[in-house]
Amino acid sequence: MASYSTSDFKKGLKVQIEGEPYNMIEMEFMKPGKGQAVYRAKLKNLLNGRILDRSYRSGESLESADVEERTVQYLYQDGTYYHFMDPDSFEQHEIPKEGVGDAGKWLVEEMRCDVVFWNGRGITVTPPAHVELTVTYTEPGAKGNSTGNVQKPATMSNGVEINVPVFINVDDLLRIDTRTGEYIERVTKS
Amino acid sequence: MDGGPDVAMLRRRAELLAAARAFFSARGVLEVDTPILGDGLVVEAHLDAIPCQVRASAAGPTAERYLLTSPEGPMKRLLAAGSGPIYQIAHAFRDGESGRRHSLEFSLLEWYRPGFDDHALMDEVEALVRALVPSIAAAPFARRTYREIFVDGAGIDPWATTVREVVAACVRLGVPVPAGLADGTLDDALDVLLIGDLEPRLGFSVPLFVHDYPASQAALAQVRVDDATGDAVAARFELYIDGVELANGYHELGDAAEQRRRFAEANRVREASDRPALPIDEALLEALERGLPPCAGVALGVDRLLMVATGADDIRDVRLRLDA
Repeated sequence: MASYSTSDFKKGLKVQIEGEPYNMIEMEFMKPGKGQAVYRAKLKNLLNGRILDRSYRSGESLESADVEERTVQYLYQDGTYYHFMDPDSFEQHEIPKEGVGDAGKWLVEEMRCDVVFWNGRGITVTPPAHVELTVTYTEPGAKGNSTGNVQKPATMSNGVEINVPVFINVDDLLRIDTRTGEYIERVTKS
Repeated sequence: MDGGPDVAMLRRRAELLAAARAFFSARGVLEVDTPILGDGLVVEAHLDAIPCQVRASAAGPTAERYLLTSPEGPMKRLLAAGSGPIYQIAHAFRDGESGRRHSLEFSLLEWYRPGFDDHALMDEVEALVRALVPSIAAAPFARRTYREIFVDGAGIDPWATTVREVVAACVRLGVPVPAGLADGTLDDALDVLLIGDLEPRLGFSVPLFVHDYPASQAALAQVRVDDATGDAVAARFELYIDGVELANGYHELGDAAEQRRRFAEANRVREASDRPALPIDEALLEALERGLPPCAGVALGVDRLLMVATGADDIRDVRLRLDA
């Protein structure tokens, strides 16, 4: 297995520590006036998102991880696995429910998502930053209260409840930020 | 700034260097220009020089030279030859050092003052920094010993501690510990604690001189016995502003035999960690034998001072980006 020495360390490097894949999300070269250099790295576990803060000295190395990110199309889920298809090769991939995690609620058929593959196996999914969903239920907005920051809950077609402005009605199509779960704007009115 | 050189930064650098020249000219310090290519080095355990092959004539044999890690050797030869006080704005090269505050090639402002000790030179460093960066706070720069920094910041007295205690302090303070640190030297452990937790907090309200280092970190400084504690301390100082180490100074060691012993010890440490021993600057040792006038000297990082002056967070923002 290939490995990276400290001189190769940089942001974005994919490495393997204790059998798990990590993304080096920060790297700083530090050196005291007359002392030994230290390479301080923050590493994000690609399986569970946990962050490691580690120091290395010149000459140490980390195993490389066979990690790549590809854009694929979401097909369906069967309760245990989410199924995706590579739109170029038509190759199908399945990702266990726990790897999809919270991203699962934003997935709708044919949506294009970024999937991280480790040793050819899909491990995590990132939905598009913005998705468009229809309102399936919300209380009618109070008249004369259509300005300001007053919000009300609305249930979307994927079952997710978000806060929306009071002028939003059932069947409106909304743009939502999947990273924060927040309402951005109304795309079309019912 | 990847589109090309930052002209405003170019001007700021030119102003800073002009102010430095005016400062030293007014104080009767002579500007010198010494070679940056040398056949011997001021050997330090953790400084790697960039080697290069040279030929005196196109058909001649090649010889190994180094891009010097600082102009210290040649400048001390001038001092021993009777130059009097001298300064230099020099490029220096350190292999393998590249990061937010490090560049393989960088600019040093280095000067030597016969008759000064480390504290007299700290006074002058403070005056120079004020002259070059007028926005620096008006309050006098602080001075604290290496011991005080460790006792106050981590509850560790470097003269009365163990590697194990320092590693435990790192863990307690959330500083990640590199593999093998617990089996290494006390200096290595102290360094990890310093850069991981203490250094980022130094020199924020006012610039800070840290002085009186452990004798084992003396490098080219005199070692004296501290009157209050009886401990051996190095007459060495460093200047910190906003967590950035800006300058390193010594009350210079004039003892050639002791300097040779320290260079040999540095080479021993290098070889023990599978790094090549480096050729010693024999011309420097000869000059020390002839007699270096009692003096203090300091090297200040010009790029880092520009970072402080402009608020830049990355050394590449104050230099032309030539490094990989």
